[in-house]
Amino acid sequence: MGEAGADVLRLEGITRDFGEGEARTRVLRGIDFSLRRGEFAALMGPSGSGKSTLLHLMGLLDKPTGGRVLLDGQDTGVLDDDGLTRCRGRTLGFVFQFHHLLPGFTALENVLIPMAADRGRLEPSMRECARALLDRVGLVSRADARATTLSGGQAQRVAIARSLAMNPKIVLADEPTGNLDTQTADEVFSLLRDVNRAQKVTFLVVTHDRRLAERTDRIIELVDGRIVSDLPSEPR
Amino acid sequence: MRFEWFIAIRYLREGKAQTALVLGGTTVGVAVLIFLTALISGLQRTLVAQTLSAQAHVFVKAPERLARPLPSREQVTDHVEKVPDRIRSIEQWQQVLASIGTLPGVVAATPTAAGAAFASRGPATKSVTLRGIDPESYARVIDVVPKLRAGRFALEGAEAIIGTVLAADLGVGVGDKVRVATPEGRGDVFTVAGIFDLGNKEVNARWVFVPLRSAQTMLDVPGGATTIEVKVDEIFEAERMAREIARRYGLSADSWMELNQQLLVGLRSQSASSWMIQVLVVLAVALGIASVLGVSVIQKSREIGILKATGTSTGAIQRIFLLEGALVGGAGSVLGAGIGSAMAVAFARLARGPTGDPLFPVDLTPGLYLGAAAVAIVTGTLAAWFPATRAARLEPAEVIRYG
Repeated sequence: MGEAGADVLRLEGITRDFGEGEARTRVLRGIDFSLRRGEFAALMGPSGSGKSTLLHLMGLLDKPTGGRVLLDGQDTGVLDDDGLTRCRGRTLGFVFQFHHLLPGFTALENVLIPMAADRGRLEPSMRECARALLDRVGLVSRADARATTLSGGQAQRVAIARSLAMNPKIVLADEPTGNLDTQTADEVFSLLRDVNRAQKVTFLVVTHDRRLAERTDRIIELVDGRIVSDLPSEPR
Repeated sequence: MRFEWFIAIRYLREGKAQTALVLGGTTVGVAVLIFLTALISGLQRTLVAQTLSAQAHVFVKAPERLARPLPSREQVTDHVEKVPDRIRSIEQWQQVLASIGTLPGVVAATPTAAGAAFASRGPATKSVTLRGIDPESYARVIDVVPKLRAGRFALEGAEAIIGTVLAADLGVGVGDKVRVATPEGRGDVFTVAGIFDLGNKEVNARWVFVPLRSAQTMLDVPGGATTIEVKVDEIFEAERMAREIARRYGLSADSWMELNQQLLVGLRSQSASSWMIQVLVVLAVALGIASVLGVSVIQKSREIGILKATGTSTGAIQRIFLLEGALVGGAGSVLGAGIGSAMAVAFARLARGPTGDPLFPVDLTPGLYLGAAAVAIVTGTLAAWFPATRAARLEPAEVIRYG
């Protein structure tokens, strides 16, 4: 584990059911795949194919009905609630479709919250660290702006900076550009790619946009809760 | 700064209207608490102090003599007549006095010999209560010295100390002579050594303090003491002390509480209704905090999901909302203490007796503030418990997906 090319995330026979009794539906029907360190993968599929559910399972925000999620070699099924939170905080970063920044806080504070939550307190060094991350996404000038005053693209950049706050092994991005115009989407996507290349962070990006997906290393397609194709993207 | 404090304070600052609402409610609640408690305790303290200005806490007397019919199966007694009682001394009162003085909780004890008498000067004659005392120990039981209006509180030879009303009735001042005699005709002439005002018209009109020895002679209890008057350190323990003394020495003992039952019933119902009001106020404040925080948890469910997704533990989420409750309680207690004190002081200024004197002081003690703050903070934290637990239980996946 840890060395280049090793699996940072592995899913084994994942199923996930929702509802009870008659209304019970199986959203994921046996998913097996793994992500290697430094990989930049796209997860595609029509609405309702189970993409978000799968992403939440990988992000330890949800538990599978069957199967195992191994994060950096660790079986996450054995962890309790706090263990999951800690593991999530330290190994995973999230970028959501609607950025999901905390509205009452500044850009800088949004970036340092994962660090403060992990340490249990706010330290001056965290501000420096958060400032550096904002610099990385080109937004240091907006560090003290309220989250609510940022444009869509800016907010998403802050969200990317936040996802990197704990130096994660994997960043899971749920339609990170779904809400942005084409040009901004391109810029944000390029930023993700840059971070991936520069820091060897593994990315899994859920997207509808085949044009963007083709800029990744690998495209995984999900239909009706099953992986129907898992191929390296066409070299452009 | 602790992470939870950072988030909780920010949430309170951010939710201005909600924070103002709960803070307002808590402030009013604490103000009512402070105002009522200060008022009631000041009022009660004044009432008790007035009652006890001329009264010892416990009165010990010789046991009552009862005519006991011989127990017999054939005889049916339908009426037992009480023995007509003359003034009697407590047997071995010196030893009893010394022993009572050593009981825990007793501050001081003093012997008195008391009985009915007439005081006269020239043609004026007044019916009085003759009280033979030992001035030195008596002053330790009843705080008479500061209430002296003229002369001094000492009895040497044939001296007497009388009340302001009696002095006026007889037209005497310090240094004048007064004749005091019992209904049996034993009497003496006393020089007025001092004039007191014990704050009770009846006492001021009737009590005549003379040396214990003179009273013993006039009341025909040579060397005796009819009463031992006791001061205790905890006035509301007087009843228990009285029972203890009665049991221990086989004497009859009454506490001031028994002798002022109406006052005590009044004080108790006053306390009870004040407690009731305060409990209801605290309950209303708790419900207010709980409901506003409950709404804020629902409004913030997506943010809570994000916090959890970015590494905030369930426990930390719960602590954030508990802290919000405690902070509201703490801030409310500071504001409420200010407003409540101002109200109490204003009330005490406005409520004046017919002579324009303040009727009673309000009791604003550090203990009251600390107590009110503790109540407010604990109430805030407890009230936040339900919303906090609810927030902690939110599933991040659910609120992020549907939120």
